[in-house]
Amino acid sequence: MDDSKPIFIQLAEEIEGRILEGTYPEGTQVPSTNEFAAFMRINPATAGKGLNRLVDAGILHKRRGIGMFVATGALDRLRSVRREAFGDQYLSPLIDEAARLGIDSDELIAMIGHRAAVAGK
Amino acid sequence: MSLAIETTDLTKVYRHTAALDHVSLGIEKNTICGLLGRNGAGKTTLMSILAGQELKTSGQARVLGADPFENAAVLAQLSFARENQKYPEEFKVSHVLRTAPWFYAGWDAGFARRLIGEFRLPLKTPIKKLSRGQLSAVAIVVGLASRAPVTFFDEPYLGLDATARGIFYDLLLQDYMEHPRTILMSTHLIDEAANLLEHVVVLQDGRKILDSSVEEATASAFTLSGTATAVAEATGPRKVLRTQALGGLRSVTIAGIPDERLYADARAGGLEVGPVSLQELVAAHGLLEGGEPAAVAHPAEKDQTEAKEALR
Repeated sequence: MDDSKPIFIQLAEEIEGRILEGTYPEGTQVPSTNEFAAFMRINPATAGKGLNRLVDAGILHKRRGIGMFVATGALDRLRSVRREAFGDQYLSPLIDEAARLGIDSDELIAMIGHRAAVAGK
Repeated sequence: MSLAIETTDLTKVYRHTAALDHVSLGIEKNTICGLLGRNGAGKTTLMSILAGQELKTSGQARVLGADPFENAAVLAQLSFARENQKYPEEFKVSHVLRTAPWFYAGWDAGFARRLIGEFRLPLKTPIKKLSRGQLSAVAIVVGLASRAPVTFFDEPYLGLDATARGIFYDLLLQDYMEHPRTILMSTHLIDEAANLLEHVVVLQDGRKILDSSVEEATASAFTLSGTATAVAEATGPRKVLRTQALGGLRSVTIAGIPDERLYADARAGGLEVGPVSLQELVAAHGLLEGGEPAAVAHPAEKDQTEAKEALR
């Protein structure tokens, strides 16, 4: 968990991560507000806010009296949002740190290529 | 939204000291509210008056819409858990379990027995022979199993180790979700309890200095850290609540919400912008036990006003 963010956002990002990695496929039910609250030891109002954030973003949808489900198209939506944020969230800090260490961009690109090859991706 | 607890200009004067000084606050029904402040800030006095155990000097106190003092209808719906609860001589935990249903309409005997097991409380030992942690556990058992619509916990963790405190937080949360009710809990262990709270009231020297949702409170300030010069530059004329320095590095807590300009300055200066925790916010206002020397322990009238503004 990233302590530099409010808890309800941490929860929303945690669920997004689970959806992206396939733990919660589209159409399946996610745990309830109370289950998340008990698991994370947080106030249920906070957990509800995290879940509602995903409902507002169209990632989850509510079925009254039943629970919350991963919406159809959630995966594509999440991927495109995360792609947009990828540069700021991952590339900028990477480039900044490389600069601090004196790694130029050619070397950086070569390092990325090597890592990806080793990881088989 | 209706209020479970409401006070208007509530004042309690002991001889010449105001333990509560014109405290006006409102706590919504079915929320978990934290009551924070240094020792002597007035937390226990506030709870005692709300629980009808003490007379106010002036002002109004309302619990579930009525004055709690000598009001049987209100007191029947109220549970006040405190480790220093007085019991009759020779009373054992088993006696507490047997008498509790007389006082609390919602008493759940099965839940009480489960709680006794969770805290490993001996049933047959006289209460006066129990350790401080065990007395706290008895108070927690009664506070939770009474299922009272309004429940107070006054520093419920005294003498409990980290494991037992964790058990208490889990049980409190689970039972609150299954049986929503209004919970007011005083605590100095802010970091531990912060995530459980929806609302927070902070008292200082008998005065209320904060009464808001935890979310609004923690959104009322942020931290900025990095090299001292870059921090000073990005801070500009903003109001600094607290400064911590380590060598050439500095971390400041700033009142307000970070704007685009600040993010731009922070990025240019290699600074980190972070949220403020409830604990940090309270510390920033010089309220913590053994607070930082840099913090203002007894702010002058003017500072107090500024602090209030910052918290809004």
